[in-house]
Amino acid sequence: MGEMTQRDLTQSDLTQAEAEPLLEITLRVNGVMHSASAPARRLLSDFLRHDLRLTGTHVGCEHGVCGACTVLMDGTPMRSCLMFAVTAQDHEITTVEGLAGSVDGTGPLAMSPVQQAFIECHGLQCGFCTPGFLTTITAYLHENSEPTEAEAREAISGNLCRCTGYQNIVRSVLRAAEISRERGVGA
Amino acid sequence: MTTKLFGAPVQRREDPRLVTGNGRYLDDLGQGALAAAFVRSPFAHARILDIDVTAAIEIPGVVAIYTHEDLDGRTGERLPLLIPHPSLTNPMTAYCLAREVVKHVGEAVVMVVATDRYVAEDACERIKVDYEQLPVVVGLEASRAAGKLVHAEAPGNVSAHMVQEVGDTAAAIAAAPHRMTLSLQIERSASMPMEGKGVYARWDSAEQSIRMYSSTQTSTGVRAAVAAKLGMALVKVECIAPDVGGGFGVKILHPWPEEVLIPWAARRLDAEVKWVEDRREHFISSAHERAQLQDVEVGFDDVGRVLGLSVTFWHDNGAYTPYGIIVPIITSTQLLGPYKLGAYRVEFFSMYTNTVMVTPYRGAGRPQGVYAMERTMDAIADYLGLDRTDVRSANFIQVADMPYDHGLLFQDGRPLIYDSGDFPASLAKLKALVGWDDFSAYRAKAELAGRKVGLGIGCYVEGTGVGPYEGGHIQIETSGRVNVSTGLTSQGQGHQTVFAQIVADELGVPIDDVFVTTGDTRRFAYAVGTFASRAAVMSGNAIALAARNVREKALRIAGEALEVDPGDLEIVDGIVRVKGDYESSIALATVAVLSNPLRYAFDESAKAATQFVGTGNADLSRPPVAEGDEPGLEGKDYYSPPRATFANGMHAAIVETDPETAEITILRYCVVHDCGRMINPMIVEGQVHGGVAQGVGGALYERMVYDEAGQLLNASFMDFLMPYATEVPHIETDHLETPSPLNPLGIKGAGEAGTIPVSAVIASAIEDAEGFPITSMPISPDELWNLRRQHAEGIIPDLRRGSRSVGTTTETAQTAPPAPTNPPAPTAPIV
Repeated sequence: MGEMTQRDLTQSDLTQAEAEPLLEITLRVNGVMHSASAPARRLLSDFLRHDLRLTGTHVGCEHGVCGACTVLMDGTPMRSCLMFAVTAQDHEITTVEGLAGSVDGTGPLAMSPVQQAFIECHGLQCGFCTPGFLTTITAYLHENSEPTEAEAREAISGNLCRCTGYQNIVRSVLRAAEISRERGVGA
Repeated sequence: MTTKLFGAPVQRREDPRLVTGNGRYLDDLGQGALAAAFVRSPFAHARILDIDVTAAIEIPGVVAIYTHEDLDGRTGERLPLLIPHPSLTNPMTAYCLAREVVKHVGEAVVMVVATDRYVAEDACERIKVDYEQLPVVVGLEASRAAGKLVHAEAPGNVSAHMVQEVGDTAAAIAAAPHRMTLSLQIERSASMPMEGKGVYARWDSAEQSIRMYSSTQTSTGVRAAVAAKLGMALVKVECIAPDVGGGFGVKILHPWPEEVLIPWAARRLDAEVKWVEDRREHFISSAHERAQLQDVEVGFDDVGRVLGLSVTFWHDNGAYTPYGIIVPIITSTQLLGPYKLGAYRVEFFSMYTNTVMVTPYRGAGRPQGVYAMERTMDAIADYLGLDRTDVRSANFIQVADMPYDHGLLFQDGRPLIYDSGDFPASLAKLKALVGWDDFSAYRAKAELAGRKVGLGIGCYVEGTGVGPYEGGHIQIETSGRVNVSTGLTSQGQGHQTVFAQIVADELGVPIDDVFVTTGDTRRFAYAVGTFASRAAVMSGNAIALAARNVREKALRIAGEALEVDPGDLEIVDGIVRVKGDYESSIALATVAVLSNPLRYAFDESAKAATQFVGTGNADLSRPPVAEGDEPGLEGKDYYSPPRATFANGMHAAIVETDPETAEITILRYCVVHDCGRMINPMIVEGQVHGGVAQGVGGALYERMVYDEAGQLLNASFMDFLMPYATEVPHIETDHLETPSPLNPLGIKGAGEAGTIPVSAVIASAIEDAEGFPITSMPISPDELWNLRRQHAEGIIPDLRRGSRSVGTTTETAQTAPPAPTNPPAPTAPIV
């Protein structure tokens, strides 16, 4: 098959490797300013996960279909695998890491109503798609705090889950709305 | 007494971590690692003429580029044949990187390692591979025609041919009052977990060891395979399955090429290396399942009893057979379902095609077998004009027949013997749940409104908890913390919860004190893996046995400390106490202290075990650790069953088909499920829901669409239609708990059950709605629309519709001419 194609580099090659130009990207995530250097083409999902090390946001398909990477941008669900990190700079980003304790102020680790509902209703199995559901539902309940079962099902119909068959996620949506009412707060 | 946790819907202990973004999946690890990406074959069958990497080498950040030539030692050899079988006469496995030829689109040809995944993919794009295209075999028809060969080593494209028979089937069919044949088809789908595969390896040059993480269903299997491939001592390789984002079968195969190449490169580069599969890679280079062509011949009597059943099927195994012929063996044995047949013959051919290989996907051959059997049951009912449930009842194995020996060998190489189950009771529950006997009235009303509705049914038996074994280890720390470990892995089944429930009950400790680790070879080195609905049965029982050992030891030590007979002690909430005398007690944590005689007190509580304490009572003639005893409050045990335990279930669905558009809607979906004693009914229900959803995908939406050149045309979530919430019906469930007599906990597996009968059930329901036979699944609205057209043109015959008015229309059927439901099967063109 021709020449030796392998090129093992030494450690100094590694550190000297010059990549494409880097930009200093600053994002406000979960209320905190974060800065990191990344190329212009860095996807928001990769920037959150690998540059900011906020690995709660997951990537399931890399083309905006599965919804696992959904984050909230100024409160609106957004597929973080479909946008560049640089374009998110002027927005307020909320990831799954920012949901707990973000609402009712009873303590830093208090689950949000949606998180609590997922635990109570067995709304997750492997948990990989879950962050995208949690962010999506959190935003949805701000719009519709008392959904019917049919509305709850429709609300999650843009996210894929391969484990649960969705039934307990639908229940979780309804339960989250109920918990919000019990706590007297939003989702 | 503490509330019993076994059987309770305990909330999952995994969840607080997972819902707050604190899971640790493969790609969450190794943030500083080098990244690997692969150049994969764009052709289904081709010779590699040249690989030119010049343009890629220049890219800053590229660290190494490897082709097959670079693979040294055993890494350059073919990947292992994991499950050899005497009938698998022409096995074929791939190389880690293709050597000279590629056999399917997606086969790895070049590996690039770079500082960053983006850079690695840039480099892959600049590598030029010249190919000479070779003839391509796609689909079972082309494979069995054998005009072209996938492997020169496999004549007729056959990897395996196997026959099993009980009784004289040909004679039984010939002598039967009624006979018919069916020709059936089922297409490819795939596990498609939300998280693809991934591997991350760290080479420790000082220790000359590897620690690797893989998104796998068997960390012990990966470890052994990697040690063998890399020529390393087993003790120098550790493998950990972190949080795994779903498996559904595809991650039981091992070692994947990447599972060998990533640790190999890490050692070679003395660096951390990581590869995370992207979605397209998962479609074209992991594994699929399901595709079969089935010819059925059945002879039966006037009440629908099957006197002889002969099934021949062709199973598409894709380009390679590393997992052997487990899937078609399961089809051929689990086809029998809950039925007692007069005679049974099954013959299969496992066939090569230039497509992604086939390894188990949830159900693993059972959905196809159940499909064949249940289509046959419906056809018999239709032929005789009997209610479809009556025909099934006429064939049921009865409770008094248990244990029932089919006289065949199962997928574990052991006899196919059902241990327990009450099929008549399950059917009665299902009929009540779905309202079977009221359906004709419902249909009449729907028809008046211009609607088409149908009722379908499917029954299955699932061999679960296959061996050879699993183990469990339990250690109680001096803090009272209970560490539990088992070697098999978790992909969302809630093992940290259900195993903790078992231990909390067996030991008498609060569940919050129990911490379960799975899939970490540092903690438990002997295991098989998570597949075949076996984790709860295998590790659950092993852990229960280990807990009983620990409990016995704790009672013995506590008995000595309290100077009472251990038989008079009980453990409640982590306190060992004398039954009826709660004043006389000792904490399990203290028992753990006493279990380990100490010279050095590492904290206040440890003083109790040091050598100058309590010598007043001690028998100084005895050694501190008695003969046959061990320090520490811990115990280990294994569970190795003589054979599998058989769960069962029955599903029914009501579907509506749009008279104009042929759109198919599932109006109701009902499940009766018997997996023996349930550890956690909430989790069992969740497994059933998820299984049914995957079954619905396989019945109505999912298929792998290959063109004739072997290109997978729908290799993305945009085009491969997995069900969203709007496609999955609300699932109504009822449970029967028939304990397994085979294991101490009386449990059976539940993981795959939901998926198994769905294609059969939906086919049954659509057929019932439409009035003509459904013989190919999955089925889309346009396919149904085309079937309607063919039916209108007389190409597809009517159902005899004897079964239409439930249980009342035997006379109607007798007036119609007896005819086979389907055209006769073509003669098998196998060379």
